[in-house]
Amino acid sequence: MKRYSFVQLLRNAIGLGDGWQQAWRSPEPKPSYDVVIVGGGGHGLATAYYLAKNHGVRNVAVLEKGWIGGGNTGRNTTVVRSNYLWDESAAIYEHSLKLWEGLTQELNFNVMFSQRNLVMLAHTEHEMIEASRRVHANRLNGIDAEIWSREQTLAFIPILNKSMNIRYPVMGGSAQPRAGIARHDAVAWGFARGADALGVDIIQNCEVIGVRREGSRIVGLDTTRGAIDAKKVAFVAAGHSSVLASLAGFRLPIESHPLQAMVSEPIKPVLDTVVMSGAVHAYVSQSDKGELVMGAGIDAFNSYAQRGSLPILEDLASAMVELFPIVSRLKILRSWGGIVDVCPDASPIIGRTPVDGLFINCGWGTGGFKATPGSGWVLADTIANDRPHALAAPFSMERFASGRLIDEHGAAAVAH
Amino acid sequence: MLLIPCPYCGERTESEFRYGGEAHFRRPENHLEATDEAWADYLFMRKNPKGWHRERWMHIAGCKRWFYVVRHTVTHRISSVYKVGDPLPDLPS
Repeated sequence: MKRYSFVQLLRNAIGLGDGWQQAWRSPEPKPSYDVVIVGGGGHGLATAYYLAKNHGVRNVAVLEKGWIGGGNTGRNTTVVRSNYLWDESAAIYEHSLKLWEGLTQELNFNVMFSQRNLVMLAHTEHEMIEASRRVHANRLNGIDAEIWSREQTLAFIPILNKSMNIRYPVMGGSAQPRAGIARHDAVAWGFARGADALGVDIIQNCEVIGVRREGSRIVGLDTTRGAIDAKKVAFVAAGHSSVLASLAGFRLPIESHPLQAMVSEPIKPVLDTVVMSGAVHAYVSQSDKGELVMGAGIDAFNSYAQRGSLPILEDLASAMVELFPIVSRLKILRSWGGIVDVCPDASPIIGRTPVDGLFINCGWGTGGFKATPGSGWVLADTIANDRPHALAAPFSMERFASGRLIDEHGAAAVAH
Repeated sequence: MLLIPCPYCGERTESEFRYGGEAHFRRPENHLEATDEAWADYLFMRKNPKGWHRERWMHIAGCKRWFYVVRHTVTHRISSVYKVGDPLPDLPS
């Protein structure tokens, strides 16, 4: 792999270079691999990258039924933060955030990670108390977090609705200065390019249609591009995790729902941070192109359709207009949906499954993008060493029987 | 946007209804004897099929009654609705 650099850019621009290489190969699947990862989104590709990079496991394939990054990796609102309430969540998301901070250099691919602060608004006395509880919990876990007054919040976000005569006036909020946004496609492409350079085969248009077992052990997969033997397999398939689990003969505590988002027409810079509000249920940032990128809550019903219902977007639009009256006449350019895998406690499942040699990473629900590098890191370690990584251990599937849930639902509210 | 035929009130828009998730799973019979796994299975584990799904809905802005819907989770098409206690209609092939 030729490294991207300013010199290379300059040489190619003036015709002295030897052109641009393909960023990753498109190999035919080999008959057998040490590890096969099912799902070529950010998490799957990151898992393959860290398997090769940190653990020297290079006979690895990533199978993707569509194209890489075409699922939730390319459908989210790109928010990256780590200010979660519970210790287990804070640990894994903060590990991920630290990886984000060096990811562009690590991958030699500009993921455009922009740490632009993130403000979670509080609209009631009770929300202020909850915000301060979370800020203290974050600080005990070594995460940067601040509690902001109404004046501080309004000064930092000038377009916020300043009126006290609305249903949810801004009382203040909590902020995480190191949080921000990133370019989601670049994350998938960067990990793909990095993994490919280390020998990983990325196989697109390859859907898994069967799981081959010998006794309680997985020995391979049937795919639309033929049978592939594997010593170990990891399912990293987000919204389609239940489909894969049923092929392998077990169930998951997961329901798949549409999660919708939309962008406005591009306007001049008005918002240089990320704003989230649980009370009116919206989260928004402004992209480098000038579009306001807005996210909503999930549609209530189960779906695999990558589209949701209009009332969800209407609610989002009304929330936006209440928070930022100046956006009321903006046109919406496009809206879309992804299929998110929602766990009962809004925390992921990472680790082993009832099938020997089969690992799973799923249940990130509405908030998986921010965890991409951290999730890949801990799953790669879990696969390579056949035991849960310390940060992944609390997120095992056994917690649903033991009762040790990591309930981020109330703590995270909308805001994933 | 779903158009849901409530068996009591007729077709209404989705926003009049509350979704109740997967239908027809049973609470462990002998709850003092049931294992943790049986409880986890009842409380948390779901089929979550990509295809036809039997699910519960409540007409919260209408008759406020629960009923069952057979709906496809990719096309969102509703093939049948039935009341609590009705015999289960077959899933479309």
